[in-house]
Amino acid sequence: MARVTVETVDHVARLAHLSLTPEERETFARQLDEVLAYAESIQALDTRDVEPMSHAVTSEVLRDDVPAPELPREKALAAAPDAEGGLFRVPRVIGA
Amino acid sequence: MSSLTGLSATEIARRVGDREVSAEEVARAHLDRIAATDGRIDAFLHVAPERAIEKARRVDADIAAGGAPPLLAGVPVAVKDLFDIEGLPTTCGSRILDGYRPPFTATAVARLEAAGAVVLGKTNMDEFAMGSSTENSAFKLTRNPWARDRVPGGSSGGSAAAVASGMAPVALGSDTGGSIRQPAALCGVVGLKPTYGRVSRYGLVAFASSLDQVGPFARSVEDVARMAEVLCGWDPLDATSARMDVPRFASGLGGGARGLRVGVPWKFLAAGVDEGITAAFRSAIDALRSAGAEVVDVDLPHVSHAIATYYIVATAEASSNLARYDGVRYGLRAGHARDLRRMYGETRDRGFGPEVKRRIILGTFVLSSGYYDAYYLRAQKVRTLVRRDFEQAFGTSDVIATPTSPVPAFRFGEKTADPLKMYLADIFTVPANLAGIPGLSLPCGFADGLPAGLQLLGRPFDEATLLRAGHAYQSLTTHHLARPPLS
Repeated sequence: MARVTVETVDHVARLAHLSLTPEERETFARQLDEVLAYAESIQALDTRDVEPMSHAVTSEVLRDDVPAPELPREKALAAAPDAEGGLFRVPRVIGA
Repeated sequence: MSSLTGLSATEIARRVGDREVSAEEVARAHLDRIAATDGRIDAFLHVAPERAIEKARRVDADIAAGGAPPLLAGVPVAVKDLFDIEGLPTTCGSRILDGYRPPFTATAVARLEAAGAVVLGKTNMDEFAMGSSTENSAFKLTRNPWARDRVPGGSSGGSAAAVASGMAPVALGSDTGGSIRQPAALCGVVGLKPTYGRVSRYGLVAFASSLDQVGPFARSVEDVARMAEVLCGWDPLDATSARMDVPRFASGLGGGARGLRVGVPWKFLAAGVDEGITAAFRSAIDALRSAGAEVVDVDLPHVSHAIATYYIVATAEASSNLARYDGVRYGLRAGHARDLRRMYGETRDRGFGPEVKRRIILGTFVLSSGYYDAYYLRAQKVRTLVRRDFEQAFGTSDVIATPTSPVPAFRFGEKTADPLKMYLADIFTVPANLAGIPGLSLPCGFADGLPAGLQLLGRPFDEATLLRAGHAYQSLTTHHLARPPLS
C-alpha cells in the first residue's frame, strides 16, 4: 500500500497550488497515511468485470445549445479582487 | 416562542393564504425570534431583515390582489450559506470567499421564493460542506439547541439548529455524504436528501459533483414534503437535473404504512452503534410494524466499504472543484506576490481551513499519476457494487431503515483531532450518496436526552414512498413534537 510521507504531501501540495506550513505538512502526512490505511479495505474486493460508476445519472442530459442572454461583463467582474479595463488582472505571467 | 414561530410551514401557508395573518407578521415574528435566540445558538452567519420584510410584503400584496396562494405563502426559510442569492454574501463557511456577493440566485432559492417563501438569512456550515459537526466553519461554532455544549452535526448544522430552535420553520441544506440527514438527526428535526438529479444545483457551491444534492429541513414530514414538492424538478441550468415528473408530495402522504416492506440491514448495524440509538431505532421499527409494515432482513454486503469509497471519490472531486479558488475571479487574494504561482499558493493557504486542505491533498493524491487506478478507479468500481447492493435489497423491500447517525450529538472537540473518527460518523448516510438514492431522516426518540434519528432510504425517484412511510410514523408517534428547552 501507499505510504504517505512529508515528501508525498509536498509533491501533492505543489500539484494543488497549496502552500503549507511545516506543521501542516507533518500533520497531513500522518493523517492521510491513517485515512489511506483505512481505505485499504477496498483493495481486497474483487472488482474484475465491474464497471466504474462516475455518476448516478444515466439519462440524456444535454439540452439544445440555444443562445441566451449571459452574465454581463461588469457583473462578472464585480467580485474580482483586481480588474481593469474589462479584464481580470493577475500578476505577470510571461517574462516574469 | 411567540405563537407564530411555533407554527408548521403548512399551517403558516394556510393562514397567510386565508389572510388570517400577513406574511410580514410571520417574517417579523421569526426575525424577533432570531434576535432573541441566535446569540445562544449561532445558527446564522448573515440575517437579512430588510430583504425578508420586502419579500414578505410582496407575498401579501400578491395574495391581496387575489392571486391563488402558493404552496409556501409567507413561509420563512433559512438558507445554508452555500446557495447563491443575488445581493447577499455567500461564504460557504470559508475565508476564501471573503467579500463575495454572487451575481445570480440559486434555482432552489428562486423556486422557494416563487412559491411564496421568505428567506430570513444564511446559515453556518462546515467550510465547503466538509465536515459532520459544523466545527469546520471559518467563522463560528453552532450549538446544538438540545445541549449547547454539543455539536449540531454537519455540514448543514446551522440550518438544522435554526429549525430545531424555532428560528425558522423550514430550511435549505445540501447533502454530499449525510450533510442534511445527520444534522437533522442530531438536532431532532426532519431532513430529506432527494434522489441525485431531483433538485437543481445551479447556484449551489460545488463540493463533490457526483454526490451533492439539495434538500429541505423541517419539523415534520408533512412540511418536508411541501418543501420537496416546490424544490424538485428539471432545470435547464443544471445538466444533471432529471427530466422526471414530480409527484404532489404534500397531498400524497395519507397512504399509511400497511403493506409497506421495510428492509433492515441488521448485519450492517451490528457494530459500533450507541446503545441508546439502537434502542430508539428498534422501537421505531416496532412502531412501523404495528402500523402494518412488514419488516424484512436485507443484506448490503458492500456498504462496509462505503466510507473508504466515499472519502476517495468525494475528495477527488473536491480537489478538482476547489481549483477554481485562485484569487483571480472572486473572493480573497492574498499578499501582493509578483509571482502567479505564489499568489495562488498564498491565497489558498490563507483562504482554506485545515479540513479543506486535508481533503484537497487527499483528493489530489488519489488522482495523481501512479495512484489513480489503485484508489480512484477502484473506488468507482466499489461504488457500482454498493449501488448493486441497493438494487438487490429493493427487490424485497420498499424502504430500507437504519439509524441516521451511529451516535447522538457529540461534544465540541471530541472528534476534531482525528479526521478518520469524524468520517466514521457518516457510516449510515454515505451509501445513499454513492448509490444516488433518496434518504429521509426523522426523529425517533432520545438517547441520554439527545435526539436520535431514523433514516429511511428509497428507490431512485421514489421520495413519495419515503415521505408516506415517514408521515405514517409521525402519525403514530410524538417524537417530532418534542422541542428543546430554550424558552
